[in-house]
Amino acid sequence: MSAKPTLGEGVSGSPPQVARPDLTPPTPTPPPPTPPPALPPPVVTRGETQASAPSDDAKGSPPRLAARGFSLFYGRHQALKSITLEIPDRSVTAIIGPSGCGKSTLLRSFNRMNDLIAGVRTEGVVEVSGRDVLGATDVVDLRRRVGMVFQRPNPFPKSIFDNVAFGLRLIGVRSRTELEGRVETSLKRAALWDEVKDRLERGALQLSGGQQQRLCIARCLAVEPEVILMDEPASALDPTATARVEELILSLKSRYTIAIVTHNMQQAARISDHTAFMMMGELVEVDTTRRLFTSPAKKITEDYITGRFG
Amino acid sequence: MPPEAFAPLSARGAVGRRIVNAVAITACVMAAALILLPLALIVWHLVAKGLPALTLGFFMHMPKPVGEAGGGMANAIVGTVILVLLGALIAVPVGVGTGVYLAEYGAGRLAAIVRYTADLLSGVPSIVVGVAAYGLVVVPMGRFSAIAGGVALGILMLPTIIRSTEEVVRLVPQSYRHAALALGAPQWRVLLSVVVPAAWGGILTAIMLAVARAAGETAPLLFTALGNRFWSLSLDQPIASLPVFIFDYARAPYDDWNRQAWTGALVLLMLVAVVSGMMRLTTRRIARR
Repeated sequence: MSAKPTLGEGVSGSPPQVARPDLTPPTPTPPPPTPPPALPPPVVTRGETQASAPSDDAKGSPPRLAARGFSLFYGRHQALKSITLEIPDRSVTAIIGPSGCGKSTLLRSFNRMNDLIAGVRTEGVVEVSGRDVLGATDVVDLRRRVGMVFQRPNPFPKSIFDNVAFGLRLIGVRSRTELEGRVETSLKRAALWDEVKDRLERGALQLSGGQQQRLCIARCLAVEPEVILMDEPASALDPTATARVEELILSLKSRYTIAIVTHNMQQAARISDHTAFMMMGELVEVDTTRRLFTSPAKKITEDYITGRFG
Repeated sequence: MPPEAFAPLSARGAVGRRIVNAVAITACVMAAALILLPLALIVWHLVAKGLPALTLGFFMHMPKPVGEAGGGMANAIVGTVILVLLGALIAVPVGVGTGVYLAEYGAGRLAAIVRYTADLLSGVPSIVVGVAAYGLVVVPMGRFSAIAGGVALGILMLPTIIRSTEEVVRLVPQSYRHAALALGAPQWRVLLSVVVPAAWGGILTAIMLAVARAAGETAPLLFTALGNRFWSLSLDQPIASLPVFIFDYARAPYDDWNRQAWTGALVLLMLVAVVSGMMRLTTRRIARR
């Protein structure tokens, strides 16, 4: 363990808290302080966990996403302070915390979208599927494996079809039939197919906000990413559209690993298996969602989730 | 807070506000009318003077020698189209490329120089651009040519296209770029597949503005494309153009030629109007999809 998180046992004692079996006899935690040396092919990993659908633990499979002693600086300001966090495969992990706590920054570190900001410097390790992503990784390749859904729906000003096909064309899919098939599958998975199947050639900007966001999710699903990062995906939507997006997220976790940033604690409680609570750039506590919301280990977590601040 | 707080502070205040409002609106409408008036007068004058000679023959026939009635400007109409196309062929790729560069990577010193040069270029008198094209093309080639005219018009179109493209590309929301990057699109792909298509309507408008301006330029053509009373489609030969014909015919001491000059001007205006109208329709159709 190279990194020494500063926030006490909750974080530094057993970093793979998320992976700790819940409500099971106290089996020794399988701590993977050093990641598996080689990247296991994603297919194999998925195969292993296929049986154990949405359970609270990852049953020993390596974490899909991991940060180890990860710090990030915007110029001289330290936005993330030695974060150590593991996000297990095929589950929903919510990252909550007050505004400016660094939750979005952490999320954007997993697909290196922070690279777009000048003057960003990092320390520590960020891994996707056991592979370090901060070094000389090909960012383009990384982002194809790690999809992202943004706070505001941002479909391209193209047709619905072209939006979903965009990523497929990027990876060189040319055949019309294959494109059509994969666009249909993605739209179905995003629970949008029935609403748009008769107007795939219409402009995506004509859809409602909630439909646009599901379209963005479909666009992201089309390239079969290993991970989907969601940055407050429902905060710009009305309650009905939010409910639909939440249902969608729940239906996706049997196939994908989802990390979602939200400022809405009820939402985190509704949809996530694990919750990480951050404050002022530090990871305060991470646990199964049930435990974090019912019996948080830290006073400050309790104060936040009971609405005493934030 | 008591509801009275939302009532106007005083009756005089409300009246005063209405007066100011009325004055401001009147001033705006007057300004708009003042701008439209000369435009309407020009169009009216052109139609009144040019319409009588506007026959199908004007589009189909070649100019007739002095003294012979009738004849048209078929060669000049085609010549103008060729010259403007040549100019656009040069200016559109260079101009759009430069504009995109300035908008996307325009922070450095080089960009500042390019931007300043483009601004300077838009202030250069068109006849000076003609002289430049004369030196660059006519002298080495040893003769006046359509190519030389095209180069001159292309240089004239550049600043408009560059700066307008830069403006509209900057207006493309950052969220489109982020969406494309997050899908694993390399930078060039983001530009070509997302940013430029999103800005395409505005870029097309910029091109049309530049084309409309270039189509009416006379001075830079005088010693580049020169003019030609005969039918010619060769790019390395002097070529006729509407503005030069209008210039020559308007100065000539023959009534018949003067009338044809008016008609030529009307045709030039129609040409520009039709082309930009068509462009606008196609962009709108693309945008509606």
